[in-house]
Amino acid sequence: MPADRLLPDDESAAIVALARDFAAAELAPRAAAAEEAGAFPRELFRELGRLGILGMPYPEELGGGGQSYEVYLQALEELGGAWASVGVGVSVHVMSCYPLATWGSDEQRERWLGELLAGDLLGAYALSEAEAGSDPGAMRARATRVADGYRLDGSKAWVTHGGEADFYTLFARTSKDRARGISCFLVPGDAPGLAAQAPERKMGLTGSTTATVDLDAVALDADRVIGAEGDGLSIALQALDSGRLGIAAVAVGVAQAALDHAVAYARERRTFGKAIIDHQGLGFLLADMAAATACARGVMLDAARRRDRGLPFSQQASIAKLVATDTAMKVTTDAVQVLGGYGYTKEFPVERLMREAKVMQIFEGTNQIQRLVIARHLARGAGR
Amino acid sequence: MKICVLVKEVPDAAVEKRIDPSTGRMDRSGEKNLNPYDTHAIEAAMQLKEGGALQVDEIVAVTMGPESAVRALHKAVSLGADRSIHLTDAALAGSDVAATGYALAKALEKEQPDVVLLGQQSDDGECYTIGAVVAEHLKAPSLTQVIKLDVVDGGLRCERQAEYGYDTVQVSLPAVISVGDAINEPRYPSLKAIMGAKKKPLETASAADAGIDASLVGGDGSRVQCGEFKAPPAKAAGTIIEDEDTDATVEQIVAWLDERKLI
Repeated sequence: MPADRLLPDDESAAIVALARDFAAAELAPRAAAAEEAGAFPRELFRELGRLGILGMPYPEELGGGGQSYEVYLQALEELGGAWASVGVGVSVHVMSCYPLATWGSDEQRERWLGELLAGDLLGAYALSEAEAGSDPGAMRARATRVADGYRLDGSKAWVTHGGEADFYTLFARTSKDRARGISCFLVPGDAPGLAAQAPERKMGLTGSTTATVDLDAVALDADRVIGAEGDGLSIALQALDSGRLGIAAVAVGVAQAALDHAVAYARERRTFGKAIIDHQGLGFLLADMAAATACARGVMLDAARRRDRGLPFSQQASIAKLVATDTAMKVTTDAVQVLGGYGYTKEFPVERLMREAKVMQIFEGTNQIQRLVIARHLARGAGR
Repeated sequence: MKICVLVKEVPDAAVEKRIDPSTGRMDRSGEKNLNPYDTHAIEAAMQLKEGGALQVDEIVAVTMGPESAVRALHKAVSLGADRSIHLTDAALAGSDVAATGYALAKALEKEQPDVVLLGQQSDDGECYTIGAVVAEHLKAPSLTQVIKLDVVDGGLRCERQAEYGYDTVQVSLPAVISVGDAINEPRYPSLKAIMGAKKKPLETASAADAGIDASLVGGDGSRVQCGEFKAPPAKAAGTIIEDEDTDATVEQIVAWLDERKLI
C-alpha cells in the first residue's frame, strides 16, 4: 500500500505519483542486485534528470521544477523507500546545487546552473574531512590565491558520488580564521589534480559511491568561488538545513518501505491457525511502526511547510532529521523482527533497509549534532 | 491527420475492487488513475507521431466519465496528447458497454479522427469490447488486442494477439484499434509535462453537445441489467508434485493429464 498523503493539489499528486511509479518500475526491481554488486546507477540519475526530478525544488526561472519542499520531499520519500542509494543521491545532488542557486551571482547561475538542475550533470558536496566531520571549522583543505584564481590542496572525505560526480560543491580554507576563513567553490569533476581514492567499503548504501577526494594543486578560475570569500561556513550550514530535510525524507521512505514489507508479510504468514498480524504481540509492534512512521512524516512536513513559507526552519530541520532517521532505524529493525529468520536473510529487503537506515543517523550531521543544534536554538530562546 | 485516444479513469491498481450492492455498479470511491492499458494507446499514438511515416497533426484524448475523470485527461495530455475532450453528463451515468460505445462514437463523430486508439481492456470493467462497439457505430474497421503497429502503404499493418499465435492484418484508415500492453513501454510524464497539462485545451461536452440520443444511454438506456453479484467460488487446492526424480515427475504429470483426457 502506498502511503496515504494529503497533497496540495492534483498537479502535486501527479508529481508524487510519477516518483512512485518510477520507483516501483525502475528502482525497486534493480535495487537488491545493484546494492549487492556495488554498482552505481549513473544512468538512472540521467533519467531522473530528464524527468525534471533532479531540479525539482528550484524556481522555474532558474531552470528548476518550481515545486515546494512539501511536494519535493514526498516525491523523494517514494524514491528513497524503493532504493535508498538513489534517494540519497537525489538529495545530495539537490543540496550541491543549493550554494550556486542561492548564493551564486546572476552570471554564475546563468553559466552553470541550467545543466545542473536539468540533471545532465551529477553533483557532489564536499565539506567533511578525515579530521573535520561534525566540526567543519577544523577543516584544513586550502584554497590559495594565485595570479588568475585559486589553487586547491588537501583532501575531502566521505564525499557521496566522489569519483562519479561532474561537479563538486567544495569547501576549503581561504584564511586561518576558524569561522570566517572558509569559502565555497564550484569545482569541475574533471579538474586536473582532482582525484578520488578507492570508494569506501560500507555496511549499506553500497550502490552509492562514497570516497575521499584528493586535491593536488587544482587550478580554479577566480569566478569559481560561490558567494564572497569567507562566506563558506554560513553557506555550508544553510545548505545543510535544506539537505537534512532531504535525508529526513529518504529516512521516512525507508521506514515506510520497511513497514509495508512487514505488514504484507504479517498478513500472509500464518502461525497457530491465524495470520501473524492477528497475534496481538505482532499487531501492536506493527501499530507502533506505523505510528512512528506517520509521526516522522508529520515532523518532516512541518519543517518543509515552514521553509516553503519563508519562515526560519533550521531547528525544525534538525528535529526532522533526528526523528526521521531514528524512526527509520527502529522501524527497520522491528521489520526484521516481524519477518523473523527470513528478515535476516538477503532474500527479503528488510535487512538491507536496516543497514541503510544506520548511516542516516550518522551523515549530514550526526544525530548528536542535531541535538546540539536543537539545544542551541532552545538556549537562544528561539525554540518553538 | 488526427488520432483520437479513448481513455478511462479507473480505480487504482492497488485498490481492491468491489461491487456496491445497493447500486449494482462498481464502487469507484478511493484512489483513481488513468487506465494503465490506455497509457499504451497514448504511447502508440506518440510513436506514430514521432515516427514521421504518417503526418500526425494532433492527438486528442477523449473520455466519458464524472467530474473526477478530468484527472485522467490531465494525465493523458501530460503523456503527450495535444488536447482533450471530456464527455460528461448525469444522463450518461450507468451506461453499459453498448451505450458507452455509442456515446463515445457520437463524441468522436465530431472529431472525424483518422485513427482511434484505445487500451484493449479497462482495469475495472475488463470488457475488452468498447473498441468494437465504437467501430461499429463509426462504421470503421475494428482491430483488437494489437501488439505491433507499423505504417505500411499509407495504412497500418497490425499484429494482433490470437489464441494460436499472431494475426498480421493490414487496415486502411480510418480504423479503431485497441492495443495490448505488450505493444510498447509507455514513457513517464516529465515534471514539465505534468505542470503544462492544465494549459492544454480541455473541452467539456454534454450528451446534447455530442448529439447523443438520451434514450440510448444511462441506466435506462442500457440493456444490461445487473441482478445479484456473487464472488467467484474459491479454487480447489491444486496437486503439488515434488520433483525428486524428473523422469518420475514427468510420468506423474502425464498420468494426471491422461486421467483427465487432456492429452
